[in-house]
Amino acid sequence: MKYLYFPGCSLKSTGKPYEESILSVFRSLDVEIEELKDWNCCGATAYMAVDELKSFSLCARNLALAVKQYGGGQDQPVQLIVPCTACYSLLLKSQHYIEENPDVGRVVKTALQEVGYESEGLAKKVRIRHPLDVLANDVGPERIKEKVKKPLQGLKVIPYYGCLLVRPYATFDDPYNPTSMDRLIQALGADLVDWPLKTRCCGGTLSGTIQGVGLRLGYLLLKEASRKGGELLLTACPLCQFDLECFQDDMNSRFQYKVHMPVAYFSQLIGKAFNLSDRDVGAQRLFIPMKLQAAAP
Amino acid sequence: METRDLLPDQLTDLGENVHRLIKYEAELDQGFGHTIARLAHGEKFYTCIQCGTCSATCPVSHFMDFTPRRIIAMVRAGFKEEVLRSFTIWLCASCYSCTADCPREIKITDVMYALKQMAIKEGVYPKRFPIPVMAREFYKIVEKQGRNSEGRLMMNIAMKTNPFRLLRYAKVGLKLFRTGRASLHEESIENKAELKALLRAVERGKEATK
Repeated sequence: MKYLYFPGCSLKSTGKPYEESILSVFRSLDVEIEELKDWNCCGATAYMAVDELKSFSLCARNLALAVKQYGGGQDQPVQLIVPCTACYSLLLKSQHYIEENPDVGRVVKTALQEVGYESEGLAKKVRIRHPLDVLANDVGPERIKEKVKKPLQGLKVIPYYGCLLVRPYATFDDPYNPTSMDRLIQALGADLVDWPLKTRCCGGTLSGTIQGVGLRLGYLLLKEASRKGGELLLTACPLCQFDLECFQDDMNSRFQYKVHMPVAYFSQLIGKAFNLSDRDVGAQRLFIPMKLQAAAP
Repeated sequence: METRDLLPDQLTDLGENVHRLIKYEAELDQGFGHTIARLAHGEKFYTCIQCGTCSATCPVSHFMDFTPRRIIAMVRAGFKEEVLRSFTIWLCASCYSCTADCPREIKITDVMYALKQMAIKEGVYPKRFPIPVMAREFYKIVEKQGRNSEGRLMMNIAMKTNPFRLLRYAKVGLKLFRTGRASLHEESIENKAELKALLRAVERGKEATK
């Protein structure tokens, strides 16, 4: 099965290591993926605050492009891989609103037709997939286990899912206690650390606007992760990764408890366990080197 | 509003600083709740039981001037001015905890979005407050280029709020450049004309359905 791939703006800049590692991991698993041509921004949380209908239309163009590039005349829906959880949730939200709300649907579909796109059934013709979903359910932990060349014995790994992956649309995992990343971590041979903040907000864009609020949210996550004995925290979203990794110095000058925690993408750890090079998984781009060896007991 | 409206005559000597702390029904915007309910696709909006689950689950409610529960009550009662000028609607980071937990299945995140949209449209958000400024700058970049450029966005926010903000982000910014995670290159789609036409068609569609 071939997948289409929607990178989103972040994966071309701050989230570059996410893109690099996702592509490398899928390549080693012989999963064929192809970038969506001329994709545009999903609108994220900021565009929605200005104009909702236009925000849905931005997503609708991407869905229509996916159908055009791969879905024409197929019985099966196009499988569109979306690693950024903001893009993922926005594309899903647009599908829901265009289908379920006649007022939204009418305006968006008419506009799409005016610029020459197919506009019917975009929710059925495109299936939005997060790479965690694809790895945990299509590929499966068993096949990932087979590929592991460097097991991560004893490394205490914290799975962090963030908010938008499971809310408001939990398509492939539990909204309160998701476990797909957990299963992958176990497949790599690492020690899974259970903790209660798997889906609590990282601060989102607040770390770039109101730091007193945004950084505190990220700090609370890192503090709890350290308390639980975590040695590496894994994320599935470019904004979570950026907030949690890049502002640790600022958090330490602001708050009492000092944090120092490597924060990587789940795909980077999978790649390293497959024995891919640092460059293949973008490990050299991290501010805090990724930890792969468990601390001596 | 005159101080005399609410205080007995002999108390007006207290001066200009005494203000009425309640609002009379006649001063409320009675249609506000219905407008927001429509904008937020919220048929269920009026079934709110004021249980406060949204405020309890919200990770930023302790920074808000009005908790999400109060915002819902104020919107229903017609406190348009107070709600649109609040920091609350901008502090909402859109994590959907409230929407997921609401026992009445009210899409509270969408209510916050509807309020943000109205505040921007009417220009009543707190001035130089970076969150609405970010929303507008993001909107403008994407409208024009079809994609966001993170560096450009940070620059624009600083210029529209306080240029010294950039100093606060300088260290992180430099590290991003050094690790190849930021560049001065402006991202853009190829078919900008098509995107422009699409967004114009949406504008026309909106006008037609009004």
